Parts: sequence; structure tokens; C-alpha cells
Amino acid sequence: MKADVLRVQGLVVHYHTSLGAVKAADKISFSLKADERLGFAGESGSGKSTMALAILRMIKPPGRIEAGQVWLDGLNLMSLSEEEMRQLRLARIAMVPQGSMNSLNPVMRIKDQIADALRDHGAAMSRRQVAERVRDLLQSVGLRPEVATMFPHELSGGMKQRACIAIAISLRPKVIIADEPTSALDVVVQKQVMETLARVQKELEASVILVGHDMGLVAQFVDRLGVMYAGKLVEVSPVRDIFTKPLHPYTQMLIASLPSLEQKGTFRGIPGLPPLLRDLPPGCAFHPRCPHAVDRCQTDEPLSREVRPDSWAACHLLP
Amino acid sequence: MTTLLEARHVTKVFGGGMFDRNATVALEDFSLRIDSDRPSITAVVGESGSGKTTLARLLLGLVTPTRGQVLYGGRDLQTMSQTDWRAFRRDVQVIFQDPYEVYNPFYRVDHVLTTPVAKFKLAGTKAEARAVIDDVLKAVGLRPEETLGRFPHQLSGGQRQRVMVARALLLRPRLILADEPVSMVDASLRASILGSLRKMNVERGISIVYITHDLATAYQISENIVVLYRGSVAEAGDVELVVKQPHHPYTQLLISSIPLASAERTWTAEAVAGPAIQTAGTTGCKFADRCPSATSPCLQAAPPLFQTDRYRAVACYLYQGTPALSMDNMVSVFAGSGKTSPVGSGGTSMEP
Repeated sequence: MKADVLRVQGLVVHYHTSLGAVKAADKISFSLKADERLGFAGESGSGKSTMALAILRMIKPPGRIEAGQVWLDGLNLMSLSEEEMRQLRLARIAMVPQGSMNSLNPVMRIKDQIADALRDHGAAMSRRQVAERVRDLLQSVGLRPEVATMFPHELSGGMKQRACIAIAISLRPKVIIADEPTSALDVVVQKQVMETLARVQKELEASVILVGHDMGLVAQFVDRLGVMYAGKLVEVSPVRDIFTKPLHPYTQMLIASLPSLEQKGTFRGIPGLPPLLRDLPPGCAFHPRCPHAVDRCQTDEPLSREVRPDSWAACHLLP
Repeated sequence: MTTLLEARHVTKVFGGGMFDRNATVALEDFSLRIDSDRPSITAVVGESGSGKTTLARLLLGLVTPTRGQVLYGGRDLQTMSQTDWRAFRRDVQVIFQDPYEVYNPFYRVDHVLTTPVAKFKLAGTKAEARAVIDDVLKAVGLRPEETLGRFPHQLSGGQRQRVMVARALLLRPRLILADEPVSMVDASLRASILGSLRKMNVERGISIVYITHDLATAYQISENIVVLYRGSVAEAGDVELVVKQPHHPYTQLLISSIPLASAERTWTAEAVAGPAIQTAGTTGCKFADRCPSATSPCLQAAPPLFQTDRYRAVACYLYQGTPALSMDNMVSVFAGSGKTSPVGSGGTSMEP
């Protein structure tokens, strides 16, 4: 049994708006093992990106982390000062952002953007050492050395995303959080970027949290998959089990709604709409759309429990 | 057999002339025909930069082809009379990708529905107008009382896109062109929007051209598929054949790269290096630089379409043992094309 690298307990994030608190992440708990790849899938507005940002304490007002703890190797990130947290980001937990297109500085060369991160985190290196490190990093993400002197606009979408991965791994973090790392890329390029991420993860022996809306993509990459709905983590199961024996009714319906290449069938969407996060229904948030809902679902909120070994789900109907 | 909409040897070059270094060939010698006898669903699939959106804009008459013609009912879109253009605008409707940008945030969603009613005089009285609007909203699975009177920001992305489908239906079109209609919609709602498109096809006899980057949804909805690569057709034909046993190396690469939500099928082969920037005047097969089976003929001249099966054509020299097919005969391999016309003559009957 591998040790937990990251443990999230009861994480609650609210966005305070004039219409009331938007409960974007509600009592999220999970743990991440060493060299594990854990995925989070969910529809837009299900709280996946909020959760990813909250782990890094990067929630900006009007958002606020209301409760919860994030333990990284026995260190509670919520107890750190701003400056301690800033030093820890990238060095120990790095993020590959959503939309790499917009996260690189358009007027800086790639090498300067990588070097910036290295210097800021106190790496005492000569100019030559930095250049060498940049070259090694680019090589490890499959980019040619010439890319170092290029500006972001000279790179294709896939290359930019790989440059972002190079920055993310520059300080050899133990945890990499990738938030929709391939959302604007073509399928072939998407596959290349995911292969790059898989390779650097192996080299660094890091753990990865992959957040995405594409169940297929997340499933291809991860060992365990968490499904989010309306700010809650409704199920976490090993990826093989989740597709063969999904536990939560939402997971079942989400999987059934995915288009398959194997067989042509009728379209089975999920009837109804996701609830407003500032006006969640009482009880289970999924009960208005759930075909199996019973009276209890409308009043009691189901808690996440281990339904079968290593599989957690929050549903009253499960044994 | 009559033709509804036809693209005939259409080429679109952006910027500069044909041999200008900066010119981008968005679409090259493309032909497609949508018949009016039988409502069909045709998917056009390609990655970004393959010319999908240019094709959509050409078929809508929004851009002028550099060479070739787009014809509606046998008349060229660029030279047709005002009356014909008006009929075309009514019969061919479009659904765009982004369900956020198509709305004016200051108007209620009713605006996009009442404007066409007024413009095309679909109803005599207010009550009649309301009845037509209610009818189309119900057809796409929306409750009129919950939709009308709201502002765009009060509806979800899926609802907004369904209002767009409803708007397209309002004019009782003969053809709907859907350019990435579900790429910005969540998975659980995607199925219902595609379902309503298919319902339109079956129940109202509307032909659909579905343009997408997503092979999985294309497979689910369409009968025939055209795979574009950098502005040229790589493979076309019956969707079952193309998706289940792809012949063109590019189609094979594309299909093997799709992440499928299943525990059994996992990614295997390493993806081939990304494409270089496309330049005008490239001779030879455009896929040759990424193709694992490329040989010297591939670099010299672009391969024509080869008819490898009754219902499939592939633009690749690997299949040069099979009969070559001219571009404007591509639709003769479409499944269903043989049902309305004798086998083999499907492609020639339209020639003037």
C-alpha cells in the first residue's frame, strides 16, 4: 500500500455574490497516493476547477475557502502563510493550466518564462546552467531546443501546452494538477500532449490530478476517477470499475450518454438540468433528475462511503 | 433525382493568389451534393485547419469560392436573383458552434424567434406567431413557458443551443447546416441536442450537414461521412465502413487518437508528429509528411479518390488497384445514394 501524498478533507469553497453564496465545492474529501493518476470528471459548473484551484489556495475573491484541510506530506496547506504557500507552489505542487494559449506571456521568450520560475523559487544557477536546464526541460516534453528562443505566438497549440508542462515540471514537483490541459486541442495533438504528461509523470515519479469534462480522455489517462456533480464528489472508483459497474446513478447516466464508436444507439441524455449552485435542492443534489429517487433523497443528504473496496459513492440507494 | 445543395469543384484560398507564399488553401477542389429526394445526414469531420468552417461558410454563401461554384437548386449562390437568394436563406438554416455569441444579451431570447417570423411572414397574427414558436420549442424539448421572456444569460448553454435549433426549424428548412453544434455543450446535454437534430431529419424530412471535429458524435448521428485533411478529402463514404475499418492512414490515426470512455479500449500506438504549417502550391499528398506508409508517388502528385468499396472512396495510393473516382462523383459512394438512383449512375445524372 502506497502512502498518501495529498489528502483533501472536507474542502468547502463558496463564491459570495449579491444573490447569495454559490456553493462551488462542498465537503470534498479524497486522497492521492504516490505515483497515482487521479481524474476528476464532471460537467461545467460541477466545481472541478474550483476544487483544483482550492488545493493550491488560488481561489480569488469573491471566492473563499470556507472549511477543509489539504495535507501535503503531513503539512496542512491551509495553515501556511501566503509567502510559504507561494514558495510551495510549483516546487511541490505544480499546475498545468486550462487554456495554455492564454497562460504564457506573449512578449517573453519561452526560455525566459521557464527561467523566471526557476529564479523566483530560489534556484541559484549560472546563466549557462539555466540554459542547460531549459534545454533539458524542453527535451523532456518533446520540444526542439530552438523553441527556447521563440515567442508563444510562434508555437502551435500543442507546443504551447507542452511548454506549460515544461514550466510545471521545472522544479520536479511531487504533485501535478492538470486542469483541462487539452481542452482546445485536436484529438491527435491531445493524445500527444497526454502522452507527454504521462511520460514526465513517470520520470518524476509524481502524482497527477487530471481535471476534465471529457470522460473519455480522463478515463484513458487515470487510475482512479472521481465524478463531480453540483460541487460534490459523488463517486470515486478505480477507472475499470467505474465503466463496468458505475455506482452512483449520475455516473451511470453520464456514461450512458457518451457517444460510442462501437455501437450506434439512440441518444440517452440526462433529462433536466444541473441545479443552480446558489440554490441547491435539499437532500441529494441529483434527486430531481434521478430516476431512482425515493422520499429520503429529497430530505437527507447522502454521505460518501466505501461501497466496495476502494470505491466511494454518495447515494442512499447503494447497499 | 434532384439536387438541393451542391458544391462543385470548390476551392477557397485566403490571402494572396494561388502561388503566393502567404496564401492559405482552406479548401481544395471539393465537391458535395445533397439530394432533395431523400432526407440525409452527412457528417464532415476534420481537425482544426482542415477547412470545415470554410466549407460551412461556402455552403451558406457567406464567402465567395476562389474557384468552383456552390449551387442551390441548380443556381449559383453568387449570381442568383434576389428572390432565389431569399428562398435559399429560408430553406437552408444554420446552427453555429457558440450558443453564447449568437445572442444579443440585451434582447430576450424571444427576439431570435420573433424576427424570422416577422421577416418571412410566417404568421398573420400574434397568436399565430406564438403558436408556431411554441410548436418548434416543444419539438426540441423545451417548455415554451419556461423559455420565452427570458434573457440569454438566464438559460443554460444547452437550452440556448436548443433555442437555436428551434429557430432553424421555424422556417421549415429543407437543409440544416450544423457547424460544431455540440462542441460547447456538456456531455449530458449533447446527446439530447443531437437527438433533436436526428428527430428533425426523421420526422420533418430535413437534410442535415453536420460539421464537427468529433468522430464519435459524427458516427452516432450520420449515415455518410467525409473526412477532411488540410482542405482535401481523405476518405468518404458510409459511416460504418469509415469508422469501423478506416482505410486512409489519416483516418486510422484520427480514430486511434479518440479517447473512448471505456475500460477495455486504451490508447496504444504513439501518435505521429504534428503537422507543419500548410503552404500553397504543395504538390503531392498533404498527409505524406506524417504518413507511415508514404512512398515516392505520394510526394509527386495528390492521390485521386479510389473507390475501395461500394460505399467508400479513399484518397490514398495504397488503394490504387481499385477504380479511380472523380471528385464530383464522390457522393456516388454514399450509402443510400443507390436507393434513389441506379447503382453507378448516381454521380452523373446531375451534369448539365
